[in-house]
Amino acid sequence: MQFPFLTVITFAPIAAAVILFMMQEDSDLDPATDAEQIATLRMGYRTIAAAATFVSLLLGLFVYFGVNQAIGAGDTAQFFFEDGRWAWVPQIGIGYHMGVDGISAPMILLTGLASFTGVLISWRVDDRPREFFAFFLLLVAGVYGVFAALDVFLLFFFYELSIFPMYILIATWGWKVTREYGAMKLTLYILIGSILALVGVIAMYFLAVAAGIENMSFDLADFIRARDAGVYDQVVELPFNLGLATFARLWFPVIFIGFGILAGIFPFHNWSPDGHVAAPTAVSMIHAGVLMKLGAYSALRVGVMLLPEGARVHLPWIVLLALVNVVYGSLIAMVQRDFKYVIGFSSVSHMGLVSMGWATMNVTGMTGAGLQMFSHGVMTALFFATVGMVYDRAHTRDIPSLGGFWHKMPTVALAFIVGGLVSMGMPGLSGFVAEFPIFVGLWQASQTVTLGNGQIASYYALIAILAVVGIIVTAAYILRVVQRVFFGEFDEEKWHGEISDVTTLDKVAMGILAFWLILVGVYPAIMQPMVTHGVEPIARLLGGA
Amino acid sequence: MLTESVPLMQAVVPVLPEMGLLLLLILVLMHGVFSPKESRRTVCVITGVGFFTLMVIHLSVGFNFVGDPDFSGSGLGDIVRVDAFAVMFRAMILLAAALTCLMSGESRAINRRVEFYVALIVAALGMCLMVAANDLILVYVALETASVSLYIMAGFQRDSKLSSEAGLKYYLFGAVTSAILLYGLSLIFGFTGETNFSRLGPALSALTANGSEGVFALVVALLLVLVGLGFKVAVVPFHFWTPDVYEGSPTPSVAFISTASKAASFGLLVRFFSIVWPAEMIPYWAGLLAALAAITMTLGNMLALVQKNIKRMLGYSSIAQAGYALIGVVALSDTELGAAAVAFYMAMYVLTNLAAFAVISAVEWNTGSVQIADYAGLSRRSFPLAIVMVVAMLSLGGVPPAAGFFGKFFLFSAAVDAGYTWLAIIGVVNAIIALFYYLTVIKVMFVGKAEDESRYTIRPRLAVVLWVTGVGILLMGTLASPWWRWAVEASQQLTVMLP
Repeated sequence: MQFPFLTVITFAPIAAAVILFMMQEDSDLDPATDAEQIATLRMGYRTIAAAATFVSLLLGLFVYFGVNQAIGAGDTAQFFFEDGRWAWVPQIGIGYHMGVDGISAPMILLTGLASFTGVLISWRVDDRPREFFAFFLLLVAGVYGVFAALDVFLLFFFYELSIFPMYILIATWGWKVTREYGAMKLTLYILIGSILALVGVIAMYFLAVAAGIENMSFDLADFIRARDAGVYDQVVELPFNLGLATFARLWFPVIFIGFGILAGIFPFHNWSPDGHVAAPTAVSMIHAGVLMKLGAYSALRVGVMLLPEGARVHLPWIVLLALVNVVYGSLIAMVQRDFKYVIGFSSVSHMGLVSMGWATMNVTGMTGAGLQMFSHGVMTALFFATVGMVYDRAHTRDIPSLGGFWHKMPTVALAFIVGGLVSMGMPGLSGFVAEFPIFVGLWQASQTVTLGNGQIASYYALIAILAVVGIIVTAAYILRVVQRVFFGEFDEEKWHGEISDVTTLDKVAMGILAFWLILVGVYPAIMQPMVTHGVEPIARLLGGA
Repeated sequence: MLTESVPLMQAVVPVLPEMGLLLLLILVLMHGVFSPKESRRTVCVITGVGFFTLMVIHLSVGFNFVGDPDFSGSGLGDIVRVDAFAVMFRAMILLAAALTCLMSGESRAINRRVEFYVALIVAALGMCLMVAANDLILVYVALETASVSLYIMAGFQRDSKLSSEAGLKYYLFGAVTSAILLYGLSLIFGFTGETNFSRLGPALSALTANGSEGVFALVVALLLVLVGLGFKVAVVPFHFWTPDVYEGSPTPSVAFISTASKAASFGLLVRFFSIVWPAEMIPYWAGLLAALAAITMTLGNMLALVQKNIKRMLGYSSIAQAGYALIGVVALSDTELGAAAVAFYMAMYVLTNLAAFAVISAVEWNTGSVQIADYAGLSRRSFPLAIVMVVAMLSLGGVPPAAGFFGKFFLFSAAVDAGYTWLAIIGVVNAIIALFYYLTVIKVMFVGKAEDESRYTIRPRLAVVLWVTGVGILLMGTLASPWWRWAVEASQQLTVMLP
């Protein structure tokens, strides 16, 4: 048996969180007399958190390049680094099974990058740091688990597992003004979607059992077997005597949009900016950077992959929702006064491109969506990190009252500009590598996607044209922020020398994130072939390979 | 070994916990009479340890005998039938009683008076008989034995108006509904001339075969029985007593009422619906129970949203939880997963609510308050209490890694398997609504700030309760397999026992 990489990646943060919970509380000590001991304790908390996320990041890198190499060498297996299948609750077919493919391996890497840099940036959290890092690690573990799970129940288990620590993190350490509201809104939105999807998956399981699929379980492979046996193309009765439809057509929208809520799909995107703004910096990074990808990833993995027949019927209208995301999100971002809300709405806009990529139903577009998940994840993490750094020093995020921060924190300004260029899709950076194929995919789809009535969905071309408007607006709001916040005159009198440059750790964190944006931009071959390899089998199901 | 000792064991094993409880009852009474006043304070520990020992003996004996083909499980002239299902529910009841005893040492309302423990033991005795009852008459006797003791426990704090009100209200509602239940049972007896479950099934089948008149008579009996049992598990519209009893009664009494009593009643309910009613009756009760489940969940959750008192909130929450568990009973109609899901859900619910009430009694001991607002800053005042409360709230809300996630998953699976997907969806939506008020408690504990943030003290006895329940919930929520297997086996025996 090979070393269980994915299991260790997922459970290292949980182990660290348990250790943290067992350590002495720093608030047990009196700050007046034991200041030194408190400092030592806090250093211990941070070091443990950093070490755990770093271990996961390193192993994640290993997994990433392992998959990359295997695919480069022409390995045709779909999943790599499999752990399990071990029985968990065998009576109802639940097992423990992990593994990654070309889509999830970059996500594992992304989680590692965002979590490690998140810990670095949270170095100075001083309100109950022990609990902060422990819950942060639990959140990270849940996220890893979803990307690594090859058992659908396990996927849901980790999915729900990541929600609660996030609630606590936002409600306790978030922005005082909206944190309780934002945290509750986000939690309820996300849970309702995912748990409805869970009912759909339970229905899929029992349908397969009833159809006589042998040894049916919640394992992805078994669902694939059931799918290939045509179980989900069975005709079922709609509720309230609405007629008949195939199972896949009935449940696909529930599952896809259910998960899509976490990817910020219109009209269920509303939780996302509020949640991002309410969250503390590191959590915004994980949340916008990685968590929204959980939604897009699970929608693909459970929805599109298992119910392709439903996807073919429903994605041609879901693409319209994605278009609204892209254009509307960027227009709203344009008019925000709050720095963080700009980034929050930009996430809504960019995640629309991911859904749009899935909806092209061909390899090109879906590869672009896969790349966009990684690119946007790293970019948004970088954005929220810089916003956090500005806010920590200026104590305001009101764009008109900021200005000239280039002079005081040049690294931050530079990092923001790199992120901004990625966001605009500038060639040479990862955003271009990701967005270009999506648009190509849309054109391609305008000639290949067939609608239910046999017509070719030529409106896909129009969608591509309209979505470009979103990109143009993106350029506008990014440049506006860069100009207003970082350039211009710095008002020494207003800030009374409160604004200082960021710490070395912050710079390291930003450097790590920016490095990946540039690396994927100038050398797409490091990621693009593996994503293509991952989406190919799915695109084939949709008739787009 | 079994063959030699069969006659004795055959007679003793089915009522072993009851015999043990009687002995414990005598012991506690003697202790109360003869020991000096100071040492009487240990009574909570003695009773608790007694319950715990009984549970261990019961489980080890139960696992050895039940399921053995030589062992019939029938006792006291076939009015008691012990199967794996009864063993599981009795274990829950005894565990709940044991932990309630340990918790009660912290309650000023109880003040370790012997009478409380006497009532507790008698209530547990009644419940143990309830879940193993195989005869209509025993059903009623056991139910009343348990109920009367619970009325006493609810009104135990005589100097408190609220507690007296709770006791009286519980008693009045209980008396009326049990009379209705008795009428329903007597109808069944009148139609068939039988009281024994094993012979009732065929007799009722014969009655339904007679055509619409027989069915109509049975539906009336069914409705009457449902009133009585619905009151015990707090199903809408028989739920009115719940919030007041939860608010007014001493906390340990509530802990016991909300866990053991609910588990025992569900045990009885499942047995009744899976064994007694013939298959021809399914169309008459399945839809009705499904509607009741949907209404109960929704109303319970809606009303819980606005509560300020944590005991009252848990009262409404327990109504909602009864609604979820009813989904499993509905699913009984079509799949054997139903009974297993109810058994698992009740086991997880007993642990979870005990955990929550343990925290409530600790906070009450330290501050004297049961208002949610007074939980502000609990995470700083006592991290262990806060974390156990978090686990309990997550479990009630159905969030992993707490046991509630698996509990709800099994229930919804059973519902989908039985073709009640719409009910599963209503359940899911309710779970989200419920999460709002569970999360609110967590938020208050972590985000809220108290003016006085001095540390709480936790007595060792209570620490035992916190550890057992907290670890138990997490174990059931991660390594769910053994518990689920137990529940599935228990539910399979339940159907196999059909004569």
